[in-house]
Amino acid sequence: MTVVFKRTEGLTEKPYHYCPGCTHGIIHRLVGEVLEELGVLGKSIGVAPVGCSVLAYDYFNCDMHEAAHGRAPAVATGVKRVLPDQVVFTYQGDGDLASIGTAEIVHAAHRGEKITTIFVNNAIYGMTGGQMAPTTLIGQKATTSPYGRDAAHAGMPLRISEMLATITGAVFVERVSVDTPANIRKTKKAIKKAFEVQIEGKGFGIVEVLSTCPTNWGLTPTEAIKWLQDNMIPYYPLGNFRTPEEVK
Amino acid sequence: MAKILMKGNEAIGAAAIKAGCRFFFGYPITPQNEIPEYMSREMAKAGGVFLQAESEVAAINMVYGAAGSGARVMTSSSSPGIALKQEGISYIAGAQLPCVIVNISRGGPGLGGIQPSQADYFQSTRGGGNGDYRLLVYAPSTLQEAVDLVMEAFEAADYYRNPVMVIGDGMIGQMMEPIEFKEPAKRELPSKDWATIGTNGTRKPNIINSLSLDAAELERMNIRLQEKYDIIEQNEVRYELYNMENAEVVIAAYGTTSRIVKNAIAALKEEGINVGLIRPITLWPFPMKAFDEIPATAKALLSVEMSMGQMIDDIKIASSGRWPVHFYGRCGGMIPTPNAVVEKVKEIIGGAK
Repeated sequence: MTVVFKRTEGLTEKPYHYCPGCTHGIIHRLVGEVLEELGVLGKSIGVAPVGCSVLAYDYFNCDMHEAAHGRAPAVATGVKRVLPDQVVFTYQGDGDLASIGTAEIVHAAHRGEKITTIFVNNAIYGMTGGQMAPTTLIGQKATTSPYGRDAAHAGMPLRISEMLATITGAVFVERVSVDTPANIRKTKKAIKKAFEVQIEGKGFGIVEVLSTCPTNWGLTPTEAIKWLQDNMIPYYPLGNFRTPEEVK
Repeated sequence: MAKILMKGNEAIGAAAIKAGCRFFFGYPITPQNEIPEYMSREMAKAGGVFLQAESEVAAINMVYGAAGSGARVMTSSSSPGIALKQEGISYIAGAQLPCVIVNISRGGPGLGGIQPSQADYFQSTRGGGNGDYRLLVYAPSTLQEAVDLVMEAFEAADYYRNPVMVIGDGMIGQMMEPIEFKEPAKRELPSKDWATIGTNGTRKPNIINSLSLDAAELERMNIRLQEKYDIIEQNEVRYELYNMENAEVVIAAYGTTSRIVKNAIAALKEEGINVGLIRPITLWPFPMKAFDEIPATAKALLSVEMSMGQMIDDIKIASSGRWPVHFYGRCGGMIPTPNAVVEKVKEIIGGAK
């Protein structure tokens, strides 16, 4: 019998705790596949965030380090400075990275830390039950924006990739989405590139992945995908924001 | 080796490198700036890495990452900066990782001032970070003791897989004294087979973590931590007893304050008044047993601190009501004079003899 599909070596056999329809599972798998295909699983150290993916350390089949909320890039910096030849990545959500951890992500990029960040943006705090994030869209209802986000009160949603693309040390910045099979393939390609720039010693790479949260958005998984396409992609355009000539 | 004259902060940096510290993450704050400045000059020469972080919060989390990867690592700061590090310190204690944290403390609360102070006794011995955890806390009174304890701190941290703090007031950081670098007694250190350095495909992944969503498991983890702290309490208490024979009053003081108190004790002796000193060298574990060595002649205890009275709580616990406990302190960067301590002792014993 020919095996045509199997679990990637990049993931453990631990069942995910994620909600039905959540796209963390897809993104985990893509990261695991990339680590396996690049042959770096045995030399990788991942840093898990606080948020829905707090238990990521149980799912990635490599050494893992749990961080405090928002601090994953600082923890990854400590790991990478000790182990400059190893592959170090952070996996963070938008509450973690775009709110409490903005200083840590900006300065990891600013120093050109040779780490890779997978930034999962679902426009809401998932684990704590659906509060407003800096990435929550205007008019979007959350448990701390029950009448919909109001720009005059809470500001406009923060575009992280555009902001980080202004930093010289960030040598690969791309926003992708996992809403269609074609976009999932593009996501994997971007994740691979973000690891390659690290492995080649060129600098900091980040992939922002637009993701769904059916549970806290109050939608079915298919409705959530459509909501992402209709609302998130127009405000958070997909594409590459920075790949300087020397890393192409 | 001949003694050399060094400034406290630089001596602390040199001691760390001699103890095998190869990673330092810090952030500027007075009066400890000579530590990161020294490290920025000297660490690379020793084959290590100095990195100036974007904040104290980031610095301690870099320490967390480096410690998880098996490195000998240190950070230093001063009081408000140490307050910012409490989050990371709690995580490091929870994940049971070794590191050394130096606090060259200053007056508070808030931004406070930059002059010497001992108002961080609670902060260093009572946590500040969340949860049931303990730091081994060394409080040197001389620069020689500071370098000895910094070197010892790395050994103790690795031995117990626990963060160790060395706390000196601003005088320790800023003054110069002759010192000699002496190898600390080597401990039998366990291998760091828990470190996240990559599996190399030869073992199951290591996970550095302090999260436990199962309450029963988290309680078991806390019990294991407590068992470790009990062993530290049994083995690591350090203190100095001074002039205890026939003491009428016994003073407790640590750090540079203890040196001022020794001057006061000498002055009182000339007047025929015998006063002893208990000098805690470890603030945690606190030297409770030192109080069992107080002679029957003693009528009262006196805590002298550069604070409004923090260590006095531990002295009251240690005294268990056996003696009245008095307090004399200056704070905000004001330093007690020997004469003021003399006067306080005389007040306690009912005037001059």
